[in-house]
Amino acid sequence: MISQLFILSSKGDNLIYKDSSVRGEAGSDVINVFYEKVTALPGDQPPVVMNHGDLHFVHVRQGGLYWVATTTADSSPFSIIEFLNRLASLVKDYCGDLTEKAVQMNFALIYELLDEVVDYGYVQSMSSDVLKNFIQTEAVSPRPFSLFQLSNVGLFGAETQQSKVAPSSAASRPIQSSREQGGKSEIFVDVIERMSVVIGSNGVLMKADVEGEIKVKCYMPNCSEMRIGLNEEFSIGKSQLRGYGAAVRVDEVSFHQAVKLDEFDSSRILRLSPSQGEQTVMQYQLSDVLPSAPPFRLFPTIERDSGGKLLMYLKLRCDLPPKSAAINLCASIPVPKGSVSMSLELSSPDQSAELKLQSRSIEWTIPRFPGGTQLSALFKVEVPGLSPSSLMEVGPMVLNFELPKLTVSGLQVRFLRLSPVQPGPAQRWVRYVTHSDSYILRI
Amino acid sequence: MPYLGSEDTERELRRALCNPHIQSDPLRYRNTVLKVLRAMSQGVDVSGLFSEMVKACATVDIVQKKLVYVFLCSYAALNPELSLLVINTLRKDCQDPNPMVRSLALRNMTNLRLSSLVEYVEQPLTAGLRDRAACVRRVAVLGWAKIHNLQPNSETDAAVVNELYTLLRDPDPVVMVNCLRALEEILKEEGGVAINKPITHHLLNRLKECDVWGQCEVLRVLQRYRPQTEDELFDILSLLDASLVSPHPPVMAATLSLFLGLCSALPAVGLAALERVRAPLLTACGSPSREMRLTALCHIQLLLRSLPGLMGAHYKRFFCGYAEPAYIKQRKMQVLVELVNDDNVAMILDELRGYCTDVNTDTAQAAISAIGGIGRSYSDRCLEILTGLLGLKQEHITSAVVQTMRDLVWVCPQCSDTVCEALEGCEDTLQDSQGRQALLWLLAVYGERVSSAPYTLEVFIDGVRSETSVGVKMELLTTTMRLFLCRPAETQDMLGRLLHYCIEEETDMCVRDQGHLYYRLLHRGIEETQKVLQGRRSDPSLGVLIGRPAEPVSQWACSFNTLDPLKQGPVETEPPSRGSPEHVTFDPKPNTDLSETLDCSQIVKLHSASDRASGCSDSSAEGLASSVAPPLSLSLTPVLSPEEFERLWLQRQDLHTEQDAEKREEEEDCACLVEHIRGPAIAHCSPQSLQAAMQLVNIQTLAFTPPHTLPWRVYLFTHTQHTHSGNAPHSTLIVGELLYTGEANRRVRLVKTGSDDGVLVEGSEEEHVREGGDPTPAGLRESARENGEEEEVKVTLKQQPRDDSALKGFLSILTTVLHTLSSERA
Repeated sequence: MISQLFILSSKGDNLIYKDSSVRGEAGSDVINVFYEKVTALPGDQPPVVMNHGDLHFVHVRQGGLYWVATTTADSSPFSIIEFLNRLASLVKDYCGDLTEKAVQMNFALIYELLDEVVDYGYVQSMSSDVLKNFIQTEAVSPRPFSLFQLSNVGLFGAETQQSKVAPSSAASRPIQSSREQGGKSEIFVDVIERMSVVIGSNGVLMKADVEGEIKVKCYMPNCSEMRIGLNEEFSIGKSQLRGYGAAVRVDEVSFHQAVKLDEFDSSRILRLSPSQGEQTVMQYQLSDVLPSAPPFRLFPTIERDSGGKLLMYLKLRCDLPPKSAAINLCASIPVPKGSVSMSLELSSPDQSAELKLQSRSIEWTIPRFPGGTQLSALFKVEVPGLSPSSLMEVGPMVLNFELPKLTVSGLQVRFLRLSPVQPGPAQRWVRYVTHSDSYILRI
Repeated sequence: MPYLGSEDTERELRRALCNPHIQSDPLRYRNTVLKVLRAMSQGVDVSGLFSEMVKACATVDIVQKKLVYVFLCSYAALNPELSLLVINTLRKDCQDPNPMVRSLALRNMTNLRLSSLVEYVEQPLTAGLRDRAACVRRVAVLGWAKIHNLQPNSETDAAVVNELYTLLRDPDPVVMVNCLRALEEILKEEGGVAINKPITHHLLNRLKECDVWGQCEVLRVLQRYRPQTEDELFDILSLLDASLVSPHPPVMAATLSLFLGLCSALPAVGLAALERVRAPLLTACGSPSREMRLTALCHIQLLLRSLPGLMGAHYKRFFCGYAEPAYIKQRKMQVLVELVNDDNVAMILDELRGYCTDVNTDTAQAAISAIGGIGRSYSDRCLEILTGLLGLKQEHITSAVVQTMRDLVWVCPQCSDTVCEALEGCEDTLQDSQGRQALLWLLAVYGERVSSAPYTLEVFIDGVRSETSVGVKMELLTTTMRLFLCRPAETQDMLGRLLHYCIEEETDMCVRDQGHLYYRLLHRGIEETQKVLQGRRSDPSLGVLIGRPAEPVSQWACSFNTLDPLKQGPVETEPPSRGSPEHVTFDPKPNTDLSETLDCSQIVKLHSASDRASGCSDSSAEGLASSVAPPLSLSLTPVLSPEEFERLWLQRQDLHTEQDAEKREEEEDCACLVEHIRGPAIAHCSPQSLQAAMQLVNIQTLAFTPPHTLPWRVYLFTHTQHTHSGNAPHSTLIVGELLYTGEANRRVRLVKTGSDDGVLVEGSEEEHVREGGDPTPAGLRESARENGEEEEVKVTLKQQPRDDSALKGFLSILTTVLHTLSSERA
């Protein structure tokens, strides 16, 4: 049961406040109490559950905002956290985006949403199918003119890939506008994988985990059924080996309860009737093994030069297929405490690197890293009083990157069929992306 | 608090709201109302616009209506009289043909929070319960709970309660769940909604129709139900099995909670349920939401308290991701420490070492203390890592390492050599008081082995004037005193200086008092001082024990799926502020279900019978069994605390190592016995089953090593009550240790028992072994062949006061239990 519910910006501004229980147990100063508790702690990671007397705060961070519920000690943390997460994704569906600005501009819509979702502190319904009958306010899109939109225009203004590739912002729009404006009816199927890998200093893969999900974002008013066909050689669990090679294998799979699985066993087809907005259709996990070689290898040489400087010569190789590339790659390498400055040589001009004294690390940024290539960097770090044991403090290197149009598990969507056949132009998009914020290369 | 210029804003908005041109244009009217709300949410006080907003409420535009209602509900409490005006509009809306309008009106009518309006609300609420549209019924049902809350003292209408009970059969699942919620609130004084058999079965059958939140609510309410028969219980359990592995963590947790409640009398079923939720919990640990991950981790920690082996194979899932917040990393490390076994220790330690250099100092320190935790069973590997970390010469790491070493040495004295070596030279890096206190403690205890100890102390003493921490000063005093006792020549001068400073100049009362105390103590002479100051330097008896005994599920079942497991931060489980190491304490909970005393003569008979049947009997045990003619009973009361046990155990040990055999003969009040029991592979038994078996015959196990570790130990105690014919009942206390060193260590054991010869009273069985096993290689091989595949467990018993027949009786009971256990395993 939820007593109060509020959304705070990261600066502590009150964006939305609802005393949903109608009990008036605590005054509205709960917001201040909460924010004081958050700011009293060092770092940017306050504990998820905090209490102030009998008042228990549970919060999640989404979109840089605090989504906070106050509750009693005996309520289920699973339910409340799931509720807050679901609320955030509902707000994202309805406002199109999850930023402070979007929440501020759509406060009326969010109040309306909260009114329908929570009554007297009890969750009523959070399915977007039910809610769409009740929500009347239109979303205000906060997106101003953005230079990023221009990046889709090709060389000399030629529309090279415009029709084949949807802009990345296409799926972040409010679900409601499609109804009112008779806007484009579109459907997005996203296969998103998160990878976390640890590679030992000898190059051996020590740990690899892939968590993937298939998300459907639907902007179609009248889509009764859709069928998603996955790879036919998709297998679950370690025992089901089918023939050689190309099988796509995952350890565990779970589906959204609305997915009908009668064709899944025979031909790997998921049937569902998508509701408007975003929903996760399937989640899967793969642990300990990667079907292909890990995408990056590091060849480091670390030594002390005669002048007492720390020399780091790093060669990073990308083992992706040649047609793919990693983008927005950011490598961070911890350096010994007391590092003062750094000089560097990088193998190509688009890379950049800088020494961050606060986090005691070098941030090496590579905007685009095509498969089958190799980059190198030489960092000379000035460390007063560098001792041999300080070399132990160097590393491990952590990569943070995105692999567009690629899934490491190899999962593919074979086809996407909608029924009834949509009148007018219905656009179906399938997007693949793998990202990792924990790709650790030991040195 | 009104902002500057709020009056202007208010005036402007009022003018706009009253403007007939705006009122006639729906879009502009709505936008004006929106402006009012925006001002309200920005903190401007717009309560003055109440009457204008009441007028704006009478509109056909639903969006505007909703906006106005948000406003009215916020300010109704300030304007109770004006709120009466709204009621008319709301009551009219309750008749509206559009169900959405009806539900909206009904909801806001009950949200106004004015008890004066209750009389106007009751009639529409009653009508709402019978409305055609489900969405109106949902609101109406909860409306009754709200009304009840407004007037908590008023009598609840029995008719309404009846109607709510009827609505539990409503076709709409949300209405049903809301009825449960409303009844819980209204009938709070009677203990909530009545959960009888028909209602339970009805709710269970409709569970599938509800959404996640509805299911959680139903499962929570059902916890109060107690099935009448075991068949019914199992029907319910099998019905719930699907939700136990639900992909939605809230449903999974609520179901498990219900399972544990229902199976409180059937611990085996409860444990099976824990096994079942392993997969969904692990999935939740990999959820994209980090808050959900934390919740799952905290609950896994609970589960591990009862099933330590639950996640052993999945330890890699608890490796930290780089970008994870510190609170998740620390939890994961706590779980990793629990999961260590021989197979994965290398991987886990390697991983933990990587975290020790984390940029976040809290994470780094948590990793170091996690390594220390593992060091209790794998001391060599961990010490290697810890000494390596000292080489980094970083304040926070060195401090954490020194504190960890202090804690480790306290339980594993065999580590002291390595630690003493490592201590040299780390005092320069230590800055914080915790770390320095730990260093001082180590110097006090192992001062004679650290050659540079006096120089280190000298630096401390020279800087004592600028020292701010009281804890460090007190520790410094004690350390200097203790070092003075073992190295007087080097420390005499500095001790004098320190005492002078403490007594003459120090302002803190505690430090000064302690200085005085030591000063006077020194006056009494060196022997006296030694007696007071020479404390124990370690706690070897519990050194190899890392795992707590597995707790019964009921210990934590009540806090499962509440906020409690999330609240106890990592700080609380590993308190950072202490001067000297804590004792590793275990809380034996005497099982009150068992009868306090148990006559075991029957078991003894059973033992001899089973021995004969198995054919691997040893004559001595049989002889013992037959000699136990008088009935012997064991009992667990009074309970022996771990500290007391420790004291008794060590006291006995000292006694036997220091005194001669003849002297021991004179010791009439206590007895000691070493015995080897052959055959049982009990070292591979799970601690739970061992503990359960022991408790069955009223032997309390105090501490275990986890299974499959070598040497494997169990400490236990019991009280015997022995009625000699004619005499008054005679009771003794027995404390004991089971030791299994494994095949590889056989030689060591044999040599050791050989050297113990003449010190301890050996059982006849032991004599036999020593005859066969001369401590030479040839003899060893021979004895190994003789024993074949048999394994032995060494039993050391101490009894107080001495009573040989009771001791023998106890031994035979113990043998029976162990044999039974190992045959079960086979």
